[in-house]
Amino acid sequence: MRIRPRLLALGMAPLLFLALGCAPVDSSTPDAGEDPTTSESTAAAADADPAACAADAVRTAGTLTIGTDSPAYDPWFSKNDPTNGEGFESAVAYAVAEKLGFTGDAVQWTKVPFNSSYAPGKQGRFDFDINQIAITPERAEVVDFSDGYYTAAQAVIMLKGPDADNITSVSQLQGLRLGAQTGTTSLTAIRDVIQPDSDPIVFKDTSAAKQALLNDQVDAILADLPTALYITAVEIPKGTIVGQLQAVPGQDEQFGMLFEKGSPLVACVNQALAVLRDDGTLDSLQQRWLSDAVGVTELTP
Amino acid sequence: MTGHESGPVLRTEELRKAYGDKVVLRGIDLVVEPHDVICLIGSSGSGKSTLLRCLDLLEDIDDGAIFFEGEDISDPRVDARAVRRRMGVVFQSYNLFPHLSVLENLTLAPRKVHGVDKATAEAKARELLARFGLADKVDEHPDRLSGGQQQRVAMARAIATDPALLLLDEVTAALDPELTGEVLAIMRQLALDGTTMVLATHEMAFARDVATKVCFLHDGAILEQGPPAEIFERPREERTRQFLRRVLPAS
Amino acid sequence: MSISDGSWVPSDQQVQRDALRRRMRLRSATIASLATVVVLGVLIVGVLTSPGWPRVKETFFSWDDAKASFPAVIKGFKLNVLLFLIAEPLILVLGALVAVVRSTNAAALFPLRLLAVFYTDLFRGVPTLLVVILAGFGIPALQLQGITNDTFWLGLFALVLSYGAYVAEVFRSGIDSIHPSQVASAEALGLSHGQAMRYVVLPQAIRRVVPPLLNDFISLQKDTALLSAIFVFEALFAAQDYAAYNFNYTSIVVVAVLFVALTIPLARFTDWMGRRMMRRERAGAR
Repeated sequence: MRIRPRLLALGMAPLLFLALGCAPVDSSTPDAGEDPTTSESTAAAADADPAACAADAVRTAGTLTIGTDSPAYDPWFSKNDPTNGEGFESAVAYAVAEKLGFTGDAVQWTKVPFNSSYAPGKQGRFDFDINQIAITPERAEVVDFSDGYYTAAQAVIMLKGPDADNITSVSQLQGLRLGAQTGTTSLTAIRDVIQPDSDPIVFKDTSAAKQALLNDQVDAILADLPTALYITAVEIPKGTIVGQLQAVPGQDEQFGMLFEKGSPLVACVNQALAVLRDDGTLDSLQQRWLSDAVGVTELTP
Repeated sequence: MTGHESGPVLRTEELRKAYGDKVVLRGIDLVVEPHDVICLIGSSGSGKSTLLRCLDLLEDIDDGAIFFEGEDISDPRVDARAVRRRMGVVFQSYNLFPHLSVLENLTLAPRKVHGVDKATAEAKARELLARFGLADKVDEHPDRLSGGQQQRVAMARAIATDPALLLLDEVTAALDPELTGEVLAIMRQLALDGTTMVLATHEMAFARDVATKVCFLHDGAILEQGPPAEIFERPREERTRQFLRRVLPAS
Repeated sequence: MSISDGSWVPSDQQVQRDALRRRMRLRSATIASLATVVVLGVLIVGVLTSPGWPRVKETFFSWDDAKASFPAVIKGFKLNVLLFLIAEPLILVLGALVAVVRSTNAAALFPLRLLAVFYTDLFRGVPTLLVVILAGFGIPALQLQGITNDTFWLGLFALVLSYGAYVAEVFRSGIDSIHPSQVASAEALGLSHGQAMRYVVLPQAIRRVVPPLLNDFISLQKDTALLSAIFVFEALFAAQDYAAYNFNYTSIVVVAVLFVALTIPLARFTDWMGRRMMRRERAGAR
């Protein structure tokens, strides 16, 4: 009967799908079974030399691939060019890379929009991502972080004028239209610490925030202190920092480098960071690129 | 049907119409007296439809003049809308507005153009439709009517505003043969009522019976015109004879 | 057996034919169902047994994250709904006006017609996102008295301008598709061009273009998310915000579900409306 060939064809189709479904996926994502002990043992085995540690841990032998977003904002980078080594994060990245044994052209940068830096499987594109990413427990369940390389304080920016001069306490901010960038600790600071009367205004990026401030579409924006200092010094001369939020002990936010879960490179980078901390490099880079934060008033609650 | 003048309802002088290089009407002289029923006959492409469209000012003419109820309507300063209000036109197809009911089709122009109030317009419409045998279709939409019924409604709509002249452009040409009869019956009745009509048609029997004058158009000109008896029985021109031989059943 | 006598009984041959047809239909239906079940089953099994599935499930389909993000997402979704409910009627009116102006031949309206052409060309060319940004940031920067700074309304304005141009072209094609005899009939009855448009052409044109209008409407529902660029905290933006904090995309899946839930009944309803309206349009030439 004519039916049989059709049945045969129908039978082949499921087999085809089965074959596709079981095709080996290039899983840079390890099985759920892997646990932190792997990185511990790696650390124990190679505690002396971050370079030796890193040599086998990078994706492409001989190259360290670092990810960051674009535009790469000051003062973390400079002139939107991570490769020039200028700007705090660019400088820290190159310092860490040097300790890991990568210099010059061995360091490659790749553009990673923040929203995709934590996508499953995507971390195959970089060894680590450095982009003012705050370490939080929720995030640490999905990706791995290096130790913190900077502790971020939150600053409040307003346009210069009598309104700005009057602000001395956090409670005065509650009646204002406040805004911050999406996904940042600045936004959490507004929601959790300040708790204003009206919903915070959420911006896609700092450019939108600056526009809104100049257009009087928002009264005050929050950003981490170094960014705020740069904005008010260079980008919005009409802007001024009215103060910074008090750090809550045990809850201060730290920036860390982002790695794929279970990446063997984390331990190596942490060793490198430890070295840089001990020999004062981190401090001097901070002093050089992030203006001294002393002198910015703390707002009372 | 009352005309304002005692003279002809419509008169054309040397009417000329061309589309680019193609001349479609050349030097048409036509006179329509009150209560005339003028049948335009001729092959397709002879200019019958174009002539009717020019008379209703749906097209601009390229030369000549048109006088309607004594007024020169080919003058560009004339308000075409006002002229069209006094004429009724029925086309071969796509006459009725499908999104409106039959009643609404009939009352649209009286209400929006002539300012008649809704009640009066509807009463008149119902009366007309009853006269045409369509009383039960009053609230239907055109898609529920047969082709013949649609054309009858279209004619009722055309005379609902009491026009001085009724123009019919091959109104039965798109119908199945068994439906043409009912439409022709209405046209016959309108002629008996004294409606002044100019119609383009292929229905030779109708033309012979009902027309007061038959005009044979060929290649954009009126080759021959006269009473139906003359044209059908004793055509003068060879071309007229050829045409009639083709369209009349062998007798 | 003569059929006309009203007491017809099927012959044996016909009975056999009917039985055979029933069996053939049953077999086709069974094969089709079986094939569907098998293919779907294999697809599902294939996905669930792929190596990356646990991670994907946790990242995209986490029930806890869905619950946690839902309040913020649904609050944002109200903004999306408000935006397209307010924008759509304005867009339809603007589009119809522009289409009518473009279809007119009146000499006095020539400058308006030129403007209409320029408007449709410009706003079909410029990406909607650019219009949104220009409206949301550019207009307040001009510091004009009396114009709101609120990006909800500025964004709404941008959407209306942008979509009005597309809809104008859809209406124009609808208007052009109306048989010229309709306009001729209307004018022959003495209606002015404007009256012919209003009572005869537009009502029909609108009914005809309901399907492409629905497409534009659905597209508008999704484009309300563009307003995140001017800090309107609509559903997708709220979902992205959640995702950025928690490194989890489930909130985005939630938004997708919400949008689809909105679109499906709307699509069915307009299919039905379109069918109902087109039934009337079949009458034309008989």
